[in-house]
Amino acid sequence: MAGSAGAAPLIGVLALQGGFDAHQRRLARLGADSRRVRTGRDLEELDGLILPGGESTTMSLGIEREGLADPLRDLARAGVPVLGTCAGLIMLDRDHLDLMDLRAQRNAFGTQLESFEADLALEGVEGAPLHAVFIRAPWIAEYGPDVRVLAAMDGHPVAARQGDLLAVAFHPELSDDDRVHRLLLDAIAARRDGGGPDPDRDRAERAQA
Amino acid sequence: MYSEQWTVSSIREQATPRVKTGLAEMLKGGVIMDVVSAEQASLAEHAGAAAVMALERVPADIRRDGGVARMSDPAMIRQIQAAVSIPVMAKARIGHFAEAQVLQALKVDYIDESEVLTPADEENHIDKWGFQLPFVCGATSLPEALRRIGEGAAMIRSKGEAGTGDIVEAVRHLRSIRGEIRRLATLGEDEVFSAAKELRSPLELVQAVAREGKLPVPLFCAGGIATPADASLVMQLGAEAVFVGSGIFKSEDPERRARAIVEATTHFDDPERVAAASDGLGTPMASLEAAKLQGEELLAQRGW
Repeated sequence: MAGSAGAAPLIGVLALQGGFDAHQRRLARLGADSRRVRTGRDLEELDGLILPGGESTTMSLGIEREGLADPLRDLARAGVPVLGTCAGLIMLDRDHLDLMDLRAQRNAFGTQLESFEADLALEGVEGAPLHAVFIRAPWIAEYGPDVRVLAAMDGHPVAARQGDLLAVAFHPELSDDDRVHRLLLDAIAARRDGGGPDPDRDRAERAQA
Repeated sequence: MYSEQWTVSSIREQATPRVKTGLAEMLKGGVIMDVVSAEQASLAEHAGAAAVMALERVPADIRRDGGVARMSDPAMIRQIQAAVSIPVMAKARIGHFAEAQVLQALKVDYIDESEVLTPADEENHIDKWGFQLPFVCGATSLPEALRRIGEGAAMIRSKGEAGTGDIVEAVRHLRSIRGEIRRLATLGEDEVFSAAKELRSPLELVQAVAREGKLPVPLFCAGGIATPADASLVMQLGAEAVFVGSGIFKSEDPERRARAIVEATTHFDDPERVAAASDGLGTPMASLEAAKLQGEELLAQRGW
């Protein structure tokens, strides 16, 4: 439950359609509780939220059918950390939930034939490069000054952060690497300890960029 | 805005098992709809399909028309690819690796080596490891599923009996696959060898299923889904997504039925939502009772 120190965090995984199952398996392995989110009721008392991969058109229609757009926005604007992966990145962009100041280019790397795995450097992740799985993946075509780009592939941004919203174009739930999910869990822990995102850190990073 | 720090030289691996099953992971909880034209594909996408299966005739028409059913005309597949942004799948005949090569050249997203088409090889299925694209194959039982996975399939769909609108075979196949998985999971490590022999399936795959309690690739359901409640039923029986063939575009109001089946697949375990989705959908597809079909009329018997 939100705020109770020591208890496992409860993370909602949007489960209208898409890669929710693999995210839930990963969260279980990391000791976090998860809940499938299919209606507004499922958003109560969440400590974090994952918008998984899947088909962005299908997911948009589902969000509209369930009236989930405003509840999801309210949750993110209340400071609950959010991780969007692949189609989840698209959901966070200006043309969809409009939570991050960026525009995603859908299927930017091509069809399934061009899907691939590769290592990349992700800012904020220590150690060896991150192994990333890109499936019919988008990239970030445009972004505003509040968005911090964390990684790129072929010169196109594929990971970005804005406050406690983290978006990646690849699928951390499909590789053996836990570190992207740990970023979400760290943001949740930091929020529990300190209460909310750190504006000084964000300002400092923007200045640095 | 381009920054030097992003330039990381990196080796790209394509067509790995993870990339192939990964797309199936992304289709979970969704509905894959058979379409025969760009208009139908577009309607399916706007109704919430997670992917479309491009084919020349839906199974109900293949049954009615008879004759040899083949891969679709590439022109039609291209029109469908141009019409939608969701993944486009297409069917090749069992064992017809040249049709599969053509589909790969067309850059479809998934190839269905399908019993709905007339088999091209009575001995061998396609060696799917030799392809860059992922394959889905039908199965009626766990051994059949494991043989297909052994040949490189990245997704299994229970076969059901396509083009009938009768869910009974899909239920039989799903229950059989899931039941065999549960049985394997209860075996001791020393008992798995004999089980693999009995199942005529690759030992490594049988060991993996016994250990994990599930198939190493996603398990979807096809063949006979005609209503939202059918979708709910097979999802509750353990399917992770559904294929709907004739059930949508052979019904009275395809758009409403498509939306309703999408909604019921998402909310499969909420009877009130399935009830609401089922309300006033009009007439479903004309159906055939699978139990009355005989011999060669049974498509599920194709493949082994």
